[in-house]
Amino acid sequence: MRPLLQSETFVRIAAPLAVGVMLIGVWEIGCRLASIPVYLFPKPSDIFNSLIHNGPSLLRALMVTLRVTLQAFAAAVVLGTLIAFMFVQSRAIEVSLFPYAVLLQVTPVVAIAPLIIILVKNTQLSLTICATLVALFPIISNTTLGLRSVDPGLANYFRMNRAGRLKTLIKLRIPGALPYFFGGLRISSGLALIGAVVAEFVAGTGGRSSGLAYEILDAGFTLDIPRMFAALFLITLTGVGLFGSMVALSRLALSNWHESEMGAET
Amino acid sequence: MNALLPAEPLDESPDRMTASGDRPPAVELLSAEKVFANGTRGLAPIDLSIADGEFLTLIGPSGCGKSTLLKLIANLIEPSDGRLLWWRGEFGKVGQDGRRLAFVFQEPTLMPWARVDANVRLPLELANVANAKTAPIVAEAIERVGLSRFARHFPRQLSGGMKMRVSIARALVTNPNLLLMDEPFGALDEFTRNKLDADLVRLWWERQLTTVFVTHSIYEAVFLSTRIIVMAANPGRIFRTMTIDEPQPREEGFRSSAKFAAYCRELSTWLAEASLPSASGAAS
Repeated sequence: MRPLLQSETFVRIAAPLAVGVMLIGVWEIGCRLASIPVYLFPKPSDIFNSLIHNGPSLLRALMVTLRVTLQAFAAAVVLGTLIAFMFVQSRAIEVSLFPYAVLLQVTPVVAIAPLIIILVKNTQLSLTICATLVALFPIISNTTLGLRSVDPGLANYFRMNRAGRLKTLIKLRIPGALPYFFGGLRISSGLALIGAVVAEFVAGTGGRSSGLAYEILDAGFTLDIPRMFAALFLITLTGVGLFGSMVALSRLALSNWHESEMGAET
Repeated sequence: MNALLPAEPLDESPDRMTASGDRPPAVELLSAEKVFANGTRGLAPIDLSIADGEFLTLIGPSGCGKSTLLKLIANLIEPSDGRLLWWRGEFGKVGQDGRRLAFVFQEPTLMPWARVDANVRLPLELANVANAKTAPIVAEAIERVGLSRFARHFPRQLSGGMKMRVSIARALVTNPNLLLMDEPFGALDEFTRNKLDADLVRLWWERQLTTVFVTHSIYEAVFLSTRIIVMAANPGRIFRTMTIDEPQPREEGFRSSAKFAAYCRELSTWLAEASLPSASGAAS
């Protein structure tokens, strides 16, 4: 058996973990030594206590945010893919619509969120729309690029065999676009979360349907700083979880053939 | 049937070895020429008849239009003037009467996301052959190129030579009547190339498969062909034609024979002449 330090997997997990533990340790000890008050900058142990203490309400808020994020992400994937398919069907469609996709992308969601929240009565729906707008663009641009980046030799081969448009799409363009599509998924999943949190901030909705962003706002008002950090920690954790699952999904789909997902064994 | 004679003014000894008297030629070019959009004359008007069952090789310096000629034959491009006939008909009829054409590129052009068997099955799928029928045909084509053990592998797991074999299996799976190959083994090492050449000769012989082959290698051309067309550039045209009238199918021993060396010597002289600037216009 090889020593643990020489195992690639072990190092990849252990090294960042060690850094994290060290940072938390420095943070905890530093706060204690300098006796920084909790309402200014809480210690990791304070945050952990708050996480346990406020568990139920934080968890409910997490579920709300997660629901908006996942709905928005799903909508962005479906819409973005459909738009990308439309774009590759004809150059004219792409040329005439692409600037508007860019427009959508460059307009900050904070700026349009109030408008959407006014226009759409259902808060949940308005939040989802905001998050979708943020998450949409990477899917459109990546999928379009992927559908266009067909190996010219293979495209030639399909043409020679008189393959129809639909067959070429299913057998050649879609499989070829998958690596790009999964790249888009990774970016977009994180953006959906950011969009959901930003929209919640703008909407500032409390009550039963309040998400993690509202927990942060509320904690700020009541100077419950450890709760603020706890909510922040949950948001970060959600983002990491989303990204991780996208990486896993992409590995599952591509590991057999695409360079980007091949392990060290090749 | 004297289709070969008028079309081949430079052919010193018309090749009849594999052309049975009453079979129509596979492809005929009737004063077909190609002028590209930018005004370059890719091919001067060419008259050529490719007999059924022939192994024809196109060789010549770069820019002599051998790939252009092959693309004309594949109907990948259209002639600017003149016309081409496939089995005495228009290209549109080729698929309808059950005749098929297969093309092997310089690159294997395999789908990286599909396993070997799925890659080989592709032309059948594109032709809407029911999936249930394809399994034995695909297995047979893979077997023929000696890759049965690798049917479930992905292209990235194969060597360059093996990928090329997959590409050939994919061409064979439709049981084509005409096989067009554009420097298929150009990127491979000599040892692999010789091996694949030997396999190709055997396949061609067993299937009586009309083949048009483009290469840069004199040895490959002599080993494979029943007829070699030497082309010259500016504009691209047929410079000379050599018939290789040797027993079929060719064995490895042919490579070391005195006759083989003689053919190669003569072909190399012709190629040198075809590459000279003074060759321009000399043959037309």
